[in-house]
Amino acid sequence: MESSTETASNAGATIPESNRGRPRKVRGPKRGRGEKGMWDSVKQQKYLYFMSIPFVIWVFVFSYLPLWGWTMAFQNYKPAKSFLDQKWVGLDNFIELFQDERFYLVLRNTLAMSLMGIIFGFVVPIFFAILLNELRGMLFKRFVQTVSYLPHFVSWVVVAGLVTKMLSIDGGIVNDILIALHIVDEPIQFMAKGSWFWYIVTASDIWKETGWNTIIYLAAITGIDQEQYEASRVDGASRWRQMWHITLPGIRSTIAVLFIMAIGHLVSNGFEKQFLLGNSLVTDYSEVLDLYALNYGINLGRFSYGTAIGIFNSLVSILLLFTANGIFKKLTKESIM
Amino acid sequence: MTTKAFNATRSEKLFDLFNYVLMALIVVVTLYPFLNVLAISLNNSTDTVRGGIYIWPRQFTLENYKTIFQYDGLLRGLQVSILRTLIGTVLGLVCASMLAFTLSRVDFRARKFISTFLALTMYFSGGMVPLFILMRDLHLLGSFWVYIFPGLISAFNVFVIRSFMDGLPYALQESAKLDGANDFTIYWKIILPLCKPVLATIALFLAVNQWNSWFDTYLYNGGASQWTTLQFELMKVLQSTQQGGSSMTNSNDMAKQMSQISPESIKMAITITVTLPILLVYPFLQKYFVGGMTLGAVKS
Repeated sequence: MESSTETASNAGATIPESNRGRPRKVRGPKRGRGEKGMWDSVKQQKYLYFMSIPFVIWVFVFSYLPLWGWTMAFQNYKPAKSFLDQKWVGLDNFIELFQDERFYLVLRNTLAMSLMGIIFGFVVPIFFAILLNELRGMLFKRFVQTVSYLPHFVSWVVVAGLVTKMLSIDGGIVNDILIALHIVDEPIQFMAKGSWFWYIVTASDIWKETGWNTIIYLAAITGIDQEQYEASRVDGASRWRQMWHITLPGIRSTIAVLFIMAIGHLVSNGFEKQFLLGNSLVTDYSEVLDLYALNYGINLGRFSYGTAIGIFNSLVSILLLFTANGIFKKLTKESIM
Repeated sequence: MTTKAFNATRSEKLFDLFNYVLMALIVVVTLYPFLNVLAISLNNSTDTVRGGIYIWPRQFTLENYKTIFQYDGLLRGLQVSILRTLIGTVLGLVCASMLAFTLSRVDFRARKFISTFLALTMYFSGGMVPLFILMRDLHLLGSFWVYIFPGLISAFNVFVIRSFMDGLPYALQESAKLDGANDFTIYWKIILPLCKPVLATIALFLAVNQWNSWFDTYLYNGGASQWTTLQFELMKVLQSTQQGGSSMTNSNDMAKQMSQISPESIKMAITITVTLPILLVYPFLQKYFVGGMTLGAVKS
């Protein structure tokens, strides 16, 4: 895409062959020669250590320490007690989880909305990028792009408000149009129908993120060798054929990597939209694992049970990530791991 | 762009037409909700009830905006939101760039360890409950700093900045070293000023994140109206009027008051207030974040 190549080529132009003279490896004879050498290099690089160690500690506290909290899932955690005084209960919390009927409903909702999100949230940006790339007027292309990024920058609170407004029975544009076209006789109460909820969430997600997700594909398309297009044109390939035989294969590896990453987030793909778009009439369709953990784990103070839900969530994510990566490796020889 | 219009066949012309119409449609679908909300927020609230406002106010007024700014909760939320956006962005930028600088130094011994240590955090998280317990144990519940501390170091941001720094000429650092500059001076005086484009990108990410957050307010500071945020206030107002919305509202707070009067226009005025700052900023930073996104995706 235009703007990205601009930045990239600018950087290249102002600082040519930038890496020349940069030490490729750790230099100096002292490497790995026992205490003294090690200590010398630490002293020599003390500023680099000062500038990084605090953040390492920081990351440890806020990202690694919570993992320690996973022990709660195997305890009957009581907030007032110290770690040593907690009662260990083994897998009781997990057994209770798997015996809860609600859990399976919540799991169904999570997987359903995630799968829909993946299929559409993944395919739509690719098509959008390819079609955007085919636009000839640069000004118009720029304009469409700028507009398409807009919803990404708006919070889910606002998006939920907009969606509710657009789908409302009085003055919502969707109902207005449906009635004007005589598709329905009276307005549909979209937000009150459980069976609509999954579609509303998925559509909102597409509306919000398609433009943003397009950025990477557009950059990948820009990277395709232009000679391929010229050669195919000489051979008389139509633009449809070019899109199919050059553009799409050209961004194949980008697609693969992004797809695997998307799978990794399959189960933990957020709960904000479900929280904000849901209401008491549709909970049977709107509750997802994270919300379930929020309701039980924090709002009811059942920390151990909530943690067990969280762990289940993570394990399924990892399993899916590895499965998807494995399948992709076999099919396309692309891999991120 | 890629294809010059020589030997454009009929089907190709048809395709172009289809493409332009589709894109125009996408623009309309994206912009309409915002324009509609803006029009309603600028329309007389009793008149709005009659319906039929699309993208132009029928009875123009600024009354709705005057009304919402009389609520303490909103003003307080605005202050806190601005504060957390400013502090969160500046601190986040300094910390991420400093760490990124050390990681861009190939001669730095701990580089590989720290990179891996950081990269791993992109693939796991402790989950909601352990994080909540951690915040409680650190006495961050009911405080302003719970907005700043947990998200201070984001691996993604660090790696994006680092890959930009990787592209800077190393000779600059070497000559500065010969002049007697230490590593911190090199970072602050030489590298940082050269990183403006990528810093602009990350600043936008951080600022948008801070400005748009509401769940941390709900989870960690739900009871403390002192540290309420704009998004959280909006959320309460929108939810309180939804059919059977989540029952999280106290009897005497703003959401309740608002739901009693509850004109559509007022809700829309808050929505616009919450959205406006971002609308004003992002088109100007587009050039940067597109570059930044691509950089992060390719290299990290």
